[in-house]
Amino acid sequence: MINALPTAVARGPNLSKDRIKKRYAAEARYKFYGLAAISVAILFLAILLVTIVGKGYSAFVQTAIAIDVNLDKSLIDSDNKGDVETLTQADYRAVVRASLRNLFPAGVTRGQERDYFSVFSESAQYDVQKLVLNNPSLIGTTQRIWVKSAPDIDMLRKGYVGAADDGSQRLNLTQKAFYDKLVADGRVRTQFNTTFFTAADSREAEQAGVLGAIMGTFMTLAVTLILVLPIGIAAAVYLEEFAPKNRWTDLIEVNINNLAAVPSIVFGLLGVAVLLQWFGMPRSAPIAGGVVLALLVLPTIIIAGRSALKAVPPSIREAALGVGASRLQTIGHHVLPLAMPGILTGTIIGMAHALGESAPLLMIGMVAFVVDVPTSLTHASTVLPVQIFLWADAPERAFEERTSAAIMVLLVFLIMMNLVAILLRKKFERRW
Amino acid sequence: MTLKSLALAAAATVLVVSAAQARDQIRIVGSSTVYPFSTAVAEQFGKGGKFKTPVVESTGTGGGFKLFCAGIGEGHPDMTNASRAMNKSEFADCEKNGVKITEVKIGYDGIVFANAKNAPVTNINKGQIWLGLAKEVPVNGKLVANPYKNWSEIDKSLPNEKIEVLGPPPTSGTRDAFVELVMQDGCAEIPAAKELGMTGAKCAAMREDGGWVDAGENDNLIVQKVVTTPTAFAVFGYSYLDQNSDKIKGANIEGVVPTFDNIASGKYKVSRPLFFYVKQNHVGSIPGIKEFVTEFSSEKAWGMDGYLSAKGLIPLPDAERKKSATAAQALAPFTM
Repeated sequence: MINALPTAVARGPNLSKDRIKKRYAAEARYKFYGLAAISVAILFLAILLVTIVGKGYSAFVQTAIAIDVNLDKSLIDSDNKGDVETLTQADYRAVVRASLRNLFPAGVTRGQERDYFSVFSESAQYDVQKLVLNNPSLIGTTQRIWVKSAPDIDMLRKGYVGAADDGSQRLNLTQKAFYDKLVADGRVRTQFNTTFFTAADSREAEQAGVLGAIMGTFMTLAVTLILVLPIGIAAAVYLEEFAPKNRWTDLIEVNINNLAAVPSIVFGLLGVAVLLQWFGMPRSAPIAGGVVLALLVLPTIIIAGRSALKAVPPSIREAALGVGASRLQTIGHHVLPLAMPGILTGTIIGMAHALGESAPLLMIGMVAFVVDVPTSLTHASTVLPVQIFLWADAPERAFEERTSAAIMVLLVFLIMMNLVAILLRKKFERRW
Repeated sequence: MTLKSLALAAAATVLVVSAAQARDQIRIVGSSTVYPFSTAVAEQFGKGGKFKTPVVESTGTGGGFKLFCAGIGEGHPDMTNASRAMNKSEFADCEKNGVKITEVKIGYDGIVFANAKNAPVTNINKGQIWLGLAKEVPVNGKLVANPYKNWSEIDKSLPNEKIEVLGPPPTSGTRDAFVELVMQDGCAEIPAAKELGMTGAKCAAMREDGGWVDAGENDNLIVQKVVTTPTAFAVFGYSYLDQNSDKIKGANIEGVVPTFDNIASGKYKVSRPLFFYVKQNHVGSIPGIKEFVTEFSSEKAWGMDGYLSAKGLIPLPDAERKKSATAAQALAPFTM
């Protein structure tokens, strides 16, 4: 600079008050922009959380109605057999209906009964069945049990809908009056919705739960983790520590980076072609879903692993090699343990990404209605994001709050996974 | 490294196990419109206790046929749901792969043209809807880009509001049905369009200047949007109107209100038949198919007071329903 401008007078720093003031102002502005950006982000997050929680919290409670069931022997076990088969197959619907009729106001004709029956959930018969199977000695007695109300009544109690006789509401005034009477009799309460956590999917909102989806998610992610962790680490270590730098490794690197950006549905197509058609894996099974998600997150994990390995200072390697360790010993004893927190963080964030995916699972049949809680890797199942997607499309009003509640469950999962990532990093992090 | 070999061994074992396991559960794929009904039947069927609850996938009608017709054997689904009848090329595909089928018509789904509850009641006919939504309409004997901005420009009786209709995207079966039943029929009602050679598929193009808005596959979202925009109309299936009747109402098309009774009796014309198809080759090898078809076609399921009508399915007329049930339970072969 000085050579280029030989005649220029050497300039000292401009220490005028104006200049200093300007510099401070620039700094303050910069701070303000940063703060504004973060506030906007927090605001959006807050809006998101408030809407979801505001819509979903009511799904965690449910309206229940007390009924006095007469466990009539002539209806359940008229031949006095008492074996499990008879007790399972008995017509509990008739048992429940006979007991419900006692609650109806006098003079209700058969034609009007429909309105009254539809205040209660059809699931009452299964509650009674369970009661009898658990304790057959109750047959012949009258038991007071709390059964779920129909979803329309639940929505009414929660204040989402009203009642009218002109067809503009799902409940008519007769049903509302009956409900009010039940409330006045102390037969209605709001209870914790255990079904939501103990049942799998159902077409009846009051009987639907997320346990099936949670189990499916667990198994799918377990398969993903088992595949992704060893393969990802091996690939990252080889590429970073052993691979020669030539055109081929460059090509592989470019491809891995590209794969990380491929739309997820493509992996679903791959899953159908390879896993289902070649390997004959069952449709809708966590095993196939796990492999597809593993392919999806593998690039992310390899990239994270490589940068974690790169962050280990060369001095560590040199010291290990210097005292006579082999390349493998250097990596196995020193480099990899030091890079592990970074690799694990990358893996968990990759898994969190997999947790939120539903598009690739559509192709391999996991967007499905599965009533049984899956128990094995080959059992048909869904995962949480798919369950949310399916419920969001259900016409019934009661599924609206359940959709939000399922989103809350998914968020809890995500937060827990990220928390683990942070804790691991804090525990094993090392600074040089 | 040992971890890796362990994982591979585990994966290999699982593969072997999965291949050896026989399927004892019905697999159903297909239309998302039939999904709510098919799943309700599946759940009832499973609660019967004799068979496992069938797994129902929501793949869309076209995707369902593709999977269904792909072949015979445990890897292929046993049934597919459809919101339209199988077409020639799909049937040919099935035939090529040796798939023998039974077609079962299960009922109707009404398509409604609805707006928010607090908006005025609208009487509209198909021709007016077509004029409001088509990409090109005839004006003074010439085909021009749709010039109508407000409904009242088409007819004085219609509201003086901006034309804005929210509806499903072209990938949706509801959209196909709306185009076929409203747009193409409406186009045929306009003599000026006929003179210009506008028939069939030519009438199907939707305007792209904001009058028609592709609002996504999710009907609940469309309902929410139309509630917040009282001047707009929306197109979706009748079940969503039924469930949200406190927030929205259907416009009277050709003077008929979209109600359960009007759709069931055929007075309300904008409705489409729904089907499911059974793979005869699988009857006997996969347990429960026959029983499932019997459950689906029983009066307590698809009858006038059945549990499917409570879910929004419009039952077939009595005589047709009886005929359909007999044919279904006998697994009558389907040909084209």
